Amino acid sequence: MKVKLKIWRQKDARSKGKFEEYELDNVAPDMSFLEMLDSLNQRLIKEGKSPVAFEYDCREGICGSCGMYINGRPHGNDHKTTTCELRMRKFKDGDTITVEPWRAAAFPVVKDLVVDRSAFDKIIQAGGYVSVNAGAAHDANAIPVPKHNADVAFDMASCIGCGACVAACKNASAMLFVAAKVTHLAQFPQGRIEAPERAKRMVAKMDELGFGSCTNTRACEAECPKGITISAIAKLNREFIFNKHNDS
Amino acid sequence: MTNIFNSSIGKKLIMSITGIFLMLFLLVHLTVNLMLMVGDGELFNRAAHFMGTNPAVKVIEPLLAIGFVFHIFYATYITLQNQRRRPIRYSTSAFNEVTTWPAKNMYILGLTIFIFLIIHLTNFFWKIRFGTVETITYGNESMPNIYALVSGLFINYWWYGVLYIVGAIALGLHLSHGFWSAFQTLGMNGTKWIKRLETLAYIYAILIGTGFSMIPIYFFLF
Ligand code: HEM
Ligand code: SF4
Ligand code: FES
Repeated sequence: MKVKLKIWRQKDARSKGKFEEYELDNVAPDMSFLEMLDSLNQRLIKEGKSPVAFEYDCREGICGSCGMYINGRPHGNDHKTTTCELRMRKFKDGDTITVEPWRAAAFPVVKDLVVDRSAFDKIIQAGGYVSVNAGAAHDANAIPVPKHNADVAFDMASCIGCGACVAACKNASAMLFVAAKVTHLAQFPQGRIEAPERAKRMVAKMDELGFGSCTNTRACEAECPKGITISAIAKLNREFIFNKHNDS
Repeated sequence: MTNIFNSSIGKKLIMSITGIFLMLFLLVHLTVNLMLMVGDGELFNRAAHFMGTNPAVKVIEPLLAIGFVFHIFYATYITLQNQRRRPIRYSTSAFNEVTTWPAKNMYILGLTIFIFLIIHLTNFFWKIRFGTVETITYGNESMPNIYALVSGLFINYWWYGVLYIVGAIALGLHLSHGFWSAFQTLGMNGTKWIKRLETLAYIYAILIGTGFSMIPIYFFLF
C-alpha cells in the first residue's frame, strides 16, 4: 500500500512545531501502525534526517505508552485498540493519515508525538494505592472477594494509563482514568477503607494539574482502548459525593 | 467534607441539582400551559390564577430564580475553565459512536434558552406582575385574563410563534443530554441504567420540546 502521512514535528517542548508530509510506498497491510512509522524512520535516518519521535514499550497493548491522535481519533479509527495494535489494513491505499500528539494543557509535548504524561503518575501518587501491605500473590485468596467485585476490579485494572480519555475529551478531563483507578481499588476489603479519601485526593490532584472537568460527553469511553465505561465515573461520583471523607 | 464545591465534581453537582429542579419546574409549567388548548381559556386562566396566588408557589418562585442563576453561573464558569484545558487544538477531529451533538454543545443550547428566557419573561411574566392585564370575571370571581395575553401574542405576531418553537427545540435538545447526565453526575448510573436513563431522557425531551411547541402552532392554526 501507499500512504501519505501528515505528521506533527516539534523539536522540543519550547519549539513551535508544524506538520510535515511524507509519502510511504511499501506499506504492508499487516504492519502495525508503529511498524509503519519504524519504516518511515529508517528511511529518514538513511537520508540523514531526524526520525519521528514516538513512545512505545510493549507493542502489545498493555503498557499504554504509544498514544497518538490519528485522523481525528486517539489510537486511530479501530475499536478498543492501542496504536501499536492498529493495523495498516484499517486504512485504504492512497489514504492521507494525519498524526498528532495528545493535546492537553496537562500533557505538554516533549518532542514530535511524545507527550509528558507524568501528570497521571502524580494523580496516582496522590492516592492511587492501598496504604497497608496486602501481601504477596499467594495471599490473594486469604480474604475471599465476591465474584462481582473481582470482575469489576479486573475490568478497571485493565486501564493502561494511556491518556486516550484525556486526548478525546473536549475538556481534556482525566475523569475516566481517575474513575478506573478509584473503582478498582475500592472493590477489595483492603482498599475499601480508604476509598472516599482516595477519591477526594485523586480528584483534587486532577483538578490541580490542569485537567478539565467532566461534562458527560462520553468521548472517553468511546475511545478507551480497554473498554472502560462511564459507569466507572458514576461510581467515582458516588464515592466522592455520598461517602464521608475524613478531613485531612 | 472540606468544601466539596471547590472541586470539579462539586461544581458539576450544582449543575445537576439545579438542572433537576428546573426540569421538575418545566413539567408543572407545561401542564398549566397545555390548558391553553382546552376550551375557551377559562381552565387556563383559573390555573394561572391559582399558580399566581398560591402561597407555596410564592415560596418556590424565588428558589426557581436562584436555581436559574446558579445553573447559568456555574455553566459559564465551568465552560470557560474547560476551554483553557486544551490550549492547542487538534487539526482534525472525527466523530465517535456515542457522543451526541447536544452533549458537546450544552452551553450553546443553554445560551439559546437564556436569550429565549429573557424575551419570554418580558412577554408574560413582566406584564403580568408589573404591567396591566385586563381582568375577566367568571361567576363572582375575577382574575387577570392571561389567556387573552398569550393568545393575542401568538395570533398577532407569527414570528413570536417561531421564536417560541426555537426555544422549545433548544430546550428539548438540552434535556435530551441533560436529563441522563444529571443522574450520571449524582452517581446514579451504571452499565444497565445508562440505556434506561437515555430512553427516559429522550421521552422527557420530546415531551417538553413538542409540548411547548404545540401551543404557538395551536394558536396559529385555530
Ligand atoms: C429551564 C431551563 C434549563 C434546564 C431544565 C436545564 C437543565 C439542565 C440539566 C438537567 C443539565 C445536566 C446537569 C448535569 O450534567 O449534571 C444541564 C446542563 C447544562 N446546562 Fe442547563 N438547563 C436549563 C437552562 C440552561 C441555561 C439557561 C444555560 C446557560 C446559559 C444552561 C447551560 C448548561 C450547561 C453548559 C450544561 C452542561 C454543564 C456540564 O456538563 O458541566 N442550561 N442543564
Ligand atoms: S481509562 Fe482507558 S483511555 Fe483512559 S488512560 Fe485508562 S486505558 Fe487509557
Ligand atoms: S506500545 Fe504498549 S500499549 Fe502500545
